[in-house]
Amino acid sequence: MSEKVFEVRWHGRGGQGAKTAALLFGEAALSTGKYIQAFPEYGPERMGAPVQSFNRISNQPIRNHSGIENPDVVLVLDVTLVRQVDVTKGLDPEKGVLIVNTPLETEDIRKKLNYKGKVYTVDASHISKETIGRDIPNTPMIGALIKATGIMKIDELIEDTKKKLEAKFRNRPEIIEGNLNAIKRAYKEVKGV
Amino acid sequence: MKLARTGNEAFAEAMRQINPDVVAAYPITPATEIVQIFSQFVADGIVKTEFVLVESEHSAMSACIGASAAGVRAMTGTSSQGAALMWEMLYIAAGLRLPIVMALVNRALSAPINIHCDHSDSIGARDSGWIQLFSENVQEAYDNLIQAVRIAEHPSVKLPAMATTDGFILSHCLETLEMLSDEDVQKFIGEAPERPNLIKSLKEKKPITIGALDLQDYYFEHRRQAAEGMFNAKKVIPEIGKEFGKTFGREYGFFEEYKMDDAEAVAIIMGSTVGTAKDVVDVMRGEGKKVGLLKLRVYRPFPANELAAALKGKKAVGIMDRADGMSAFTGPVYPDICAALYDLPDGRPILQDYIYGLGGRDVTKEDIRYIFEEILKTAKTGQKDYTLKYVGVRE
Repeated sequence: MSEKVFEVRWHGRGGQGAKTAALLFGEAALSTGKYIQAFPEYGPERMGAPVQSFNRISNQPIRNHSGIENPDVVLVLDVTLVRQVDVTKGLDPEKGVLIVNTPLETEDIRKKLNYKGKVYTVDASHISKETIGRDIPNTPMIGALIKATGIMKIDELIEDTKKKLEAKFRNRPEIIEGNLNAIKRAYKEVKGV
Repeated sequence: MKLARTGNEAFAEAMRQINPDVVAAYPITPATEIVQIFSQFVADGIVKTEFVLVESEHSAMSACIGASAAGVRAMTGTSSQGAALMWEMLYIAAGLRLPIVMALVNRALSAPINIHCDHSDSIGARDSGWIQLFSENVQEAYDNLIQAVRIAEHPSVKLPAMATTDGFILSHCLETLEMLSDEDVQKFIGEAPERPNLIKSLKEKKPITIGALDLQDYYFEHRRQAAEGMFNAKKVIPEIGKEFGKTFGREYGFFEEYKMDDAEAVAIIMGSTVGTAKDVVDVMRGEGKKVGLLKLRVYRPFPANELAAALKGKKAVGIMDRADGMSAFTGPVYPDICAALYDLPDGRPILQDYIYGLGGRDVTKEDIRYIFEEILKTAKTGQKDYTLKYVGVRE
């Protein structure tokens, strides 16, 4: 228990893959020998409504089953959410990390949110459109997350995600390739590092 | 093998490995995935199970009763209103001594309508004659469901059993699961012991009747025998928990004592809040506060004597109830603990009840710390200012 558990909150809109992002990130962290939790917040679910999902990652078994109130990292899959949802809630401006899917610069986001802490931006929607062919920003955001935090190595993430996608999309290799490229590009292109 | 699985996935995987003869179920949030995933196993032909689609939970339990009476292994999964709709049939399953096994996802009961966790559904089935195993995490849910088969089918028990998870908190939480091999699970549960079997009796032209009218002359004797099954379960559950530990490294008993040895203030908790509370105990221990907790895993049969032995000499005990019995007294677990301790000649702790987390209300570490501080205060002063408090509610 003495060791701090790494906590993540994902903000997205229903259909954008916030839940899947948490699941994929959790499984990837598990493959590196860590203990994990990934759970969505369930409310009235519908396409486009604000949704949240969460991760806990630790070197020790995780016993805590309460909600996450003070995450180490917050990821925002849809920048328009910042008008509706207090995305920096519970985030420590000293130690916390905010990662936003946007073409804007980190300074723009900081101003927009009136937030003084560490901000990273990455145009995950643009990347996913170019690599996957659709606006599905969740997988590239995982690339940005591990670059910003160093919680795991990019090769480990790529290897595990490849395995997961191969199991799911056996007959659609372009989806697998597209997602992996999306992760690699976001890892490279995330700003604020 | 370490895998990432949600509570529902873990239940479904355990069911696949148990490979029951019959599964009958009707979908309900947050338990739907269990039988949804399992029905895929059936469609893919990787289990031998006959999957019976039904139009309600009442029919699901009825189909399980029919199958089990015919002598085979039957399972189902449900939650909340679904379990409530089964109510009549739950008693029949137990009264007919049918070892049906249920994966129950704990969810609040209507009204108002709510899909999130509390323990009202399984606690509502408290007196139905079902064995009830609560789970702290996804791993325990998986382990409990496998053990439930052995417990229910034990020739001295022959009663239905349910293993539970906290709705959404565990059912939809992806966690680290140490999954056993299919072979190991099959070896552990073994062949179902021989029971009176409708089909066999017809084949052998020695027909038997199941569920016949049983009036003043024998009803009492049969209920007494069923009750004996529950008494026997008290012997069987720790034996199987020990065997599970010997075989797979994770031992189970009626309850787990966490930092209880020199504890002055103890909390009794069931389900997923236990883990969160263990973290709180560690922090408070670091501050020199003598707190501990008792995780109640087996709610029915109720391990009264064992609890009395474990709690004897503690100064104060707080019971955390995730259901409100609407008794105008306390939550439902409190009176059980009270009764268990009543016959202690000395060293009887002061008890207080804390109803929390209804309808999925998040229970934070601060909530749990507050409860421990309250119990500590009672331990220190030697008297209580109240018996019941609602924690985490706005009023």
